[in-house]
Amino acid sequence: MSRMSKFDCIIVGVGGQGSIFASRVLGEAALREGYEITSAETHGMAQRGGTVEVHVRLGSSYGPLIPLRTADAIVGLEPTECVRFARYVSPNGTAIVNTCPIPAPGITYPPVSTLIDVLSLTCQRVIAYNATKLALEAGNPKTLNVVMLGTLSRFLSLSTLEEAIADYVPKKALAANLKAFRLGKNAVDSA
Amino acid sequence: MRQAYRKYLLGNEAIAQGILESGVSLVAGYPGTPSSEIIPIIAQNAESYEQPLHVEWSVNEKVAVEVAAGAAYCNKRAAVTMKHVGLNVAADPFMTLAYTGVTGGLVLIVVDDPGCHSSQNEQDSRRYAQFAKIPCLDPSTPQEAYELTKYAFNLSEMFEIPVMLRPTTRVSHARATVTTTGITHAQRPAAFSNNPKRWVMIPKHARGRHVHLNALQPQLRAELALLNQLKLGRSKLGVVTGGVSAKYVEEAVKRLKLRSSVLKVTAYPIEEGLIKTLAENVARILVIEELEPVIEEQVLAAAPSVHVYGKHTGHVPRESELTVDRVMHSFETLLGRSTDIDIPVALSAVEDTLPPRPPVLCAGCPHRATFYALRKVFKNEAVYLGDIGCYTLGVYLRTIDTTLCMGASIGMSGGFSEVCDRKVISIIGDSTFIHTGVPALINAVYNGANVVLVILDNGTTAMTGHQPHPCTGITATGSATFPTPMEELITAIGVNNLQVVDPYNVFETEEAFGNAKKGEGVQVIIARRPCVITAKKAGTLLAMNRRDSSACENCQLCNKLFCPAMSYGEEGASISEDCVGCGLCEHGRAYHCHRRQQTAT
Repeated sequence: MSRMSKFDCIIVGVGGQGSIFASRVLGEAALREGYEITSAETHGMAQRGGTVEVHVRLGSSYGPLIPLRTADAIVGLEPTECVRFARYVSPNGTAIVNTCPIPAPGITYPPVSTLIDVLSLTCQRVIAYNATKLALEAGNPKTLNVVMLGTLSRFLSLSTLEEAIADYVPKKALAANLKAFRLGKNAVDSA
Repeated sequence: MRQAYRKYLLGNEAIAQGILESGVSLVAGYPGTPSSEIIPIIAQNAESYEQPLHVEWSVNEKVAVEVAAGAAYCNKRAAVTMKHVGLNVAADPFMTLAYTGVTGGLVLIVVDDPGCHSSQNEQDSRRYAQFAKIPCLDPSTPQEAYELTKYAFNLSEMFEIPVMLRPTTRVSHARATVTTTGITHAQRPAAFSNNPKRWVMIPKHARGRHVHLNALQPQLRAELALLNQLKLGRSKLGVVTGGVSAKYVEEAVKRLKLRSSVLKVTAYPIEEGLIKTLAENVARILVIEELEPVIEEQVLAAAPSVHVYGKHTGHVPRESELTVDRVMHSFETLLGRSTDIDIPVALSAVEDTLPPRPPVLCAGCPHRATFYALRKVFKNEAVYLGDIGCYTLGVYLRTIDTTLCMGASIGMSGGFSEVCDRKVISIIGDSTFIHTGVPALINAVYNGANVVLVILDNGTTAMTGHQPHPCTGITATGSATFPTPMEELITAIGVNNLQVVDPYNVFETEEAFGNAKKGEGVQVIIARRPCVITAKKAGTLLAMNRRDSSACENCQLCNKLFCPAMSYGEEGASISEDCVGCGLCEHGRAYHCHRRQQTAT
């Protein structure tokens, strides 16, 4: 893959799913490989449970917020959250979405198939799969974010993502995280 | 000389690095999103710092500014951190510090929150700097925040005046590549020289210092002119911008293929020379800044010969934060171009039906249990005066009717109990109680208020990231100190009716509220139980019983608890592994269906 000049990506999920962690790993790898990088985290006032929205801009010296309809990719750790922020992704962009929902307390959840359909009408490519299941397969449900980072890595020319993961996760969780990363990387072919 | 470092830093980490490299002797502050990360980073570095460094969480922002001013009166460098509304609390020392000035560099880091991501208002601190007549530096990126932090100390010493660094959420909570020098400035020697005309602000002295402060203004403007940048373009449209908006303008100008001249303002008070130069080269000026028209007012005054557009013409919003899209919209409206963004109709339609996901109290949060008991006892017969903290989320549980500012739950009880025919309940957290609740409680007792004060004591400042406070007996650096005894303090104020309950013990809590319902005067109930996040980290929840939902009849009544561990599908309730077994969902008529399940642990 050729060296990319610029890559804008939105990572969204529910508090506690690890959207911010995923963006930090991405940033560290980009830093090692000499990119300018900027990102912005938006989360509500509570510690957990609310929507978390992260903008990550590789190779950009502009502000941290990505304009609407211009992101190269959106990574949705949760399907309704992916749709909530889908207006950021470019018509030529890619949506990578976990099909496993987290219902909000007290509210009826829409059918996941409807959500995937609308993503298909929003951007060129949709990669939808049950990433939560793959995280369990990797041996740790908390590796969901790393599974999805693995899928995203297919669209990036970053070669040090696994090293960045190794720097960030505790030693005892490393094997599961690396397995999760590879499962996510291969999910592109099967999704 | 050490080599330069390139790191991926949060804006607040970059500011902390700038503070550390500046040879500070003292850093103080009170937690407040989005400013809270600076002090913990300084505290982590305090022990290994090459020079003696005192860092503290102060009881509130007023005291923090005074602590820092004390060091800066003694020729030492000091910094103080807070969020924008914290400066309201610190406004008293802040305004007169501009008169006395300092001898060591004093930098006030006041982080604004356009868009109210985590605040009760979106006031613009540049106005405060203007009001106090002190310099204000407005960084647009984490790199600038780092550099301006270091410059701020030099500027403060050059003019012997406090300096405000005013980042916004998109600078403090942005991450970016930042290059730092890693070189630490040597600390200054301590020296306080007696000089009543300077340090004792009796009216006679204050009049003299006011003259001095006003006389400094042209010199400040001249010095700060160097920080503002004008890039002349070919078109007849000029733009004046500042702070993070300058980055949005840069991107918008590129995307719209404009050739505008751009003046970027980084420092206040603004030197007018560059505005006049811009005005000579263009026919129209668009001013793009977040919140208040601080730059715009000055452009209007300095450039009467050109047409100036901005907030006063409706081209730029005065509320919330800007984005590249909003900035593009401002340009396009002015230029008479189409402003449509192509959002697929199918997407807009589904967006409108998406379930909202508001922030909720954590599974097992002791506040939820307290609110449940409160609601059960007082129903609609009480008015629930709230305060600032995680527990403001009690609004979804119908146990927060007001939220004004830190400490107002108790202060307002005096007015409510005089005129309102409902029982008055004040709800405040432990850290907020110590911050500004104590004087209000003294007032309530002194003036005979009739209030049930509920102190939600989770042993930490939870919402901003679990900072310690005086009652915890731990300082910012993690060392042990004298813990302010909460019960003795309340008793000494003159409260005779004080009870401590465990909110997980719902029957005990309900009983205490039931008694308070019948009582008169100031009654205090401390609902004490550690924050569930700290309890998880400490491993003290292991003995609890997790719940399961095998007996669920899908009545959905426990749905009203807004517990993130519970969700509903076609098969009824399901309880996730986030459940810590607080047992609240078992209480009351509606909650009989969840049966106990012993966990393996």
